[in-house]
Amino acid sequence: MVGDLIKLIVKAPWSARFGMLVILVYAFVALFAPVLTPFGESEIVGSEFEPWGEGGFILGTDNLGRDMLTRILYGARNTIGIAFVTTCLAFLVGGIAGFMAAALGGWTDQLLGRFVDVLMAIPQLIFALLILTIAGTSVPVLIIVIALLDSTRVFRLARAVAMNIVVMDYVEAARLRGEGLWWVMRREVLPNAMPPLVAEFGLRFCFVFLFISGLSFLGLGIQPPTADWGSMVRDNATLITFGDITPLLPAGAIALLTVGVNFVVDFFLHETSGLRDDH
Amino acid sequence: MAQLLTMVVQRLALGLLTLFVVSLIIFLGVELLPGDLAEAILGQAATPDTVAAFRKELKLDLPPHERYFDWLFGILQGDLGRSLANKREISELMGARLGNTLFLAALAAVIAVPLAVFLGILAALYRNSIFDRAINIVTLTSISFPEFFIAYILILFLAVNAGWFPSIANVSGELPFWERVYRCILPALTLTLVCVAHMMRMTRAAIINLLASPYIEMANLKGLKRARIIMRHALPNALAPIINVVVINLAYLVVGVVIVEVVFVYPGMGQLLVDSVSKRDIPVVQSSSLFFAVAYILLNLFADLMAIVTNPRLLHPR
Repeated sequence: MVGDLIKLIVKAPWSARFGMLVILVYAFVALFAPVLTPFGESEIVGSEFEPWGEGGFILGTDNLGRDMLTRILYGARNTIGIAFVTTCLAFLVGGIAGFMAAALGGWTDQLLGRFVDVLMAIPQLIFALLILTIAGTSVPVLIIVIALLDSTRVFRLARAVAMNIVVMDYVEAARLRGEGLWWVMRREVLPNAMPPLVAEFGLRFCFVFLFISGLSFLGLGIQPPTADWGSMVRDNATLITFGDITPLLPAGAIALLTVGVNFVVDFFLHETSGLRDDH
Repeated sequence: MAQLLTMVVQRLALGLLTLFVVSLIIFLGVELLPGDLAEAILGQAATPDTVAAFRKELKLDLPPHERYFDWLFGILQGDLGRSLANKREISELMGARLGNTLFLAALAAVIAVPLAVFLGILAALYRNSIFDRAINIVTLTSISFPEFFIAYILILFLAVNAGWFPSIANVSGELPFWERVYRCILPALTLTLVCVAHMMRMTRAAIINLLASPYIEMANLKGLKRARIIMRHALPNALAPIINVVVINLAYLVVGVVIVEVVFVYPGMGQLLVDSVSKRDIPVVQSSSLFFAVAYILLNLFADLMAIVTNPRLLHPR
């Protein structure tokens, strides 16, 4: 297992290695944010918009006088954490529904399929804004709404992949053996559907991550005083007009992580599908 | 031709049905609210009398299906109701903004579509060269950037440091056409950068897909130049998927304007929607979501129709 992993890393092009490094660094920062900084997440430690390096604030302070670096480190924890939980929930719901649609077929498939068609006909951002207006903005609502909207995409893929698996002889053998639906889905379909689902997980994570940051940037996602990259850009955006790049840092942090994940997924897809376009 | 016509009519009917269901969802989503709209807006402190009066004003005393058809027929006649926040007619609020948003999306499309197709053809022509790899990395990167990141980078370099363009796209009132274009250039450029990558990758993939087919090999063996093979032999057959992805990206553009409009304080529908969501001005949110949903569905419908119509197997049935 470890040997395979090392082999994979050695074989990876520099872009994928770069992506892996980025993901590791972000995971480290997200886990150890409180150890890495002397200040509290929303502790006001100085006056507003201190320049870089002034008074021990390496990246200065934000619009309320909170340490910028501290907020960025904690932002890793909040933004990535929420996006990760949302993606997991989306895969749980979409994956189970998709496998069920494929395994049961018939009217279950039709019903779920048409339902997803309608949900996907509405642009995601607009749908999310509509529901957030009605239900109000809080983190649990945000996670559930985005996870449900995103599970429609997962459903499509999971169903399509599982469709090709449930017609296999070994699945039929399991069914004839009298195994239940859950067993067939978990032990027969899931292991064979893993590679495309793992790649999709990476892409979906990027999408959810960008989506939540976008909502937060609009002031409709993660609410203050929680440190979050999207809302940090919004709060400090005025600095841009003075040629100060501080507001670009949290935005850049978002961009860097999605680039990293995309590079790794690109490489992974290339590896597992044997996808080559060199004829 | 009859087969083609049936498919088009079927697709149109399905589109209409989707529009109907979506309007139902947008209207009835509010019913999911615990309690009701009046209580939610007025809050805990409101007396029962105020809530009752407000409920009457919102016509919440009528059953849902009656309200839905009232709302739907109102919209079909151009009456969108009134905003809760400032009591103005929603149609009046939306009027100029609608045009502004469509103008911005159209401007972005005019820049993005030719650029994407051109780059896609170049990448297919020089596939696996340094140029192709560089474009691959750049597009993968730009897909990963949040819209506001691209927008602020453009503002920083082109508006603040270089001072070429205004950082706020202020288009209020009557402006001459080119002045309007000039003020919209940064938001349009942001949208372009966001959606060019996807279109370009699909163009490249659509062309490269075809390069394995026997008739291309034939052209190759005949000794034709690579550029001629791609432009004359591969491109016409790749047009259907390319048109499809272009229209889907246009649908994305119409929705993608929301964040870009907020960054550039552009007076469009997206700005209106976001403002109304934060004020919880539900009638305005419903009307503007309906606008975005309809634009999105119609463009997707158009993409499907184009895919059917440009399919040579359907155009020339045996």
